Amino acid sequence: MFLAWSAIQLWTLLIVGLSFALYIGIAIYTRTSKRSEFYVAGGGVHPIANGMATAADWMSAASFISMAGIISFQGRDGSVYLMGWTGGYVLLALLLAPYLRKFGKFTVPDFVGDRYYSRTARLVAIACALFVSFTYVAGQMRGVGVVFSRFLEVDVNIGVIIGMTIVFFYAVLGGMKGITYTQVAQYCVLIFAFMVPAIFISIMLTNNPIPQLGMGAALTGTDGVFLLDKLDGLSTELGFAAYTSGTKSIQDVFFITMALMVGTAGLPHVIIRFYTVKKVKDARMSAFWALLFIAILYTAAPAVAAFARTNMITTVSNKAYSEIPEWFKTWEDSGLIAWNDKNNDGIVQYTNGLAFDGKPKFTADASGEPSRGSHGQRVIENASAEGSNELYVDRDIMVLANPEIANLPNWVVGLVAAGGLAAALSTAAGLLLVISTAVAHDLLKRTLKPDISEKGEMLAARFAAFGAVIIAGLLGIFPPGWVAEVVAFAFGLAASSFFPAIIMGIFSKRMNREGAVTGMLVGILFTTSYIVYFKFINPAANNADSWWFGISPEGIGTLGMVFNFLSAWIVCRFTPAPPADVQAMVENIRVPEETG
Amino acid sequence: MSDSSQSERHRLYWRKNLTCLGILLSIWFIVSFGFGILFVDQLDKIRIPGTGFKLGFWFAQQGSIYVFVVLIAIYVRYMNKLDANFRQANSSSN
Repeated sequence: MFLAWSAIQLWTLLIVGLSFALYIGIAIYTRTSKRSEFYVAGGGVHPIANGMATAADWMSAASFISMAGIISFQGRDGSVYLMGWTGGYVLLALLLAPYLRKFGKFTVPDFVGDRYYSRTARLVAIACALFVSFTYVAGQMRGVGVVFSRFLEVDVNIGVIIGMTIVFFYAVLGGMKGITYTQVAQYCVLIFAFMVPAIFISIMLTNNPIPQLGMGAALTGTDGVFLLDKLDGLSTELGFAAYTSGTKSIQDVFFITMALMVGTAGLPHVIIRFYTVKKVKDARMSAFWALLFIAILYTAAPAVAAFARTNMITTVSNKAYSEIPEWFKTWEDSGLIAWNDKNNDGIVQYTNGLAFDGKPKFTADASGEPSRGSHGQRVIENASAEGSNELYVDRDIMVLANPEIANLPNWVVGLVAAGGLAAALSTAAGLLLVISTAVAHDLLKRTLKPDISEKGEMLAARFAAFGAVIIAGLLGIFPPGWVAEVVAFAFGLAASSFFPAIIMGIFSKRMNREGAVTGMLVGILFTTSYIVYFKFINPAANNADSWWFGISPEGIGTLGMVFNFLSAWIVCRFTPAPPADVQAMVENIRVPEETG
Repeated sequence: MSDSSQSERHRLYWRKNLTCLGILLSIWFIVSFGFGILFVDQLDKIRIPGTGFKLGFWFAQQGSIYVFVVLIAIYVRYMNKLDANFRQANSSSN
């Protein structure tokens, strides 16, 4: 089997293998049986380490592989993801992290349940945390399988199982402690893996080694023509909108960005990272470091998007297949790019519209060899679609094919694979911990079985982590068709349920349990029905004409948040104030610690 | 140590905290939603000199993120100082 592998695959195997060995090593070193270490890493994580861990936890396979690709196809509209997935950290740093750290316990349902002195509130919070985390983790495990299949030609499902095994190791052995320190290692891998190709492509296209600056620079080999102007021109020539302009309505961009920002600040697996530092000062610092580390990738990604799109158009569009670059053929074999020669002229025409229906299904001849058309291209059996566009491009190519496009050595390709895996595994681990603690700590210890011993709780936590890994793996092997949609769902839910409840809990002493529970339920029900209606019940109606105020399902969480605040406030006026000890707790959360 | 001056200190601290938040969050909103979304087309008429960046586009894709990082940095410095003053005032009255 190994003899059939190419140099690229062997390098990939080596680098990925080394990174996995590192994670397992850390797992064994950090194994623990102490509750405080399993839940909050013992509370002694250094702010810089916590910043790196948070960054890796945050940046999933989607951030690493898909985001640059999405932006390269959406141009300015892609900014919703850039601003939406970073702006929330300002909200976290200023409005949540320091106060939750002062509160001190272990989980988000801990805070909601205690602050609102209510079993119902705690149960609603647990249900939300479980739903949000499971939907989010389904995509991650699938992402792991996909990276394995793309780079190592390993069956997707086997890739998922390998990923499950690695995560199981450090999550079940070391809990939050194991997860935190493997995430630090994973951040280092993923940022290196993302930046190396980005820097080289930036040099190749603009002679500027800093991608963020290269994006605004002039193209090499031209007479001072700026990259973005050239890209705008190329896009409009081919029948697309100009790259630097947007097509979404202003209100939709506004609401989606807000939903993503607020949702970020309401995601349990991000919030719990701030419980692991030693003091309030460290919680603030680690929010700063986290955003700084995230910003390195997030400011480079739009540059990568612009470079990749420019490069793709100039080297592929209107070129004869016989002159097409090598990377096209490599990724054609992976099914990420395909050509349907509609007009039989041997030249690849690229414009707006579909090349064919669905994802490419390549045909093979009698001996199993891939069949090739008259110009050497892989033959597809999909039905041809209308319009003159002949090119199918999967967005993920924009990052995955970068090393080959920039003529980088083989080991860089292996590095990108390791980076994508690091991103997916680190996020999956954070989510699995939320699930495990929601079951063992919030559901068992604090609600159903308060007399459970520390040993019993730890055993339950490990069992729950194990069970969650299995379920996540199953979701990765049998992905429901709606995986990508459901992540937007997770954000909308976090925005309309957790964020308002926690904010009101900190900044208003008057907000009581009746108001908070009402608000959460209103926010959840409204957001869920809107999304389920447009995405599942009546997808034909999912367009700007039928939406409320022109807001898409991706942005509706913002409105859900508003309804949460409003209904909570109204109900709160007519119901008793919280008991004195709860109000004292709020006062205590707001005040600095005795020693800094 | 008197109780009322202790709660007075709490009140003052909390007020300063809220004012800081108000200012920083306003900047957060103006730069991201204002420059990057609501006024992006108007700002696009300006170019960052020496580059191919239209100003609105730049804020939406890069500039707002830089501002976010700076905002958190300012917040951390200000609050650490505020906390230190609070502790000093508390201990000097004991």
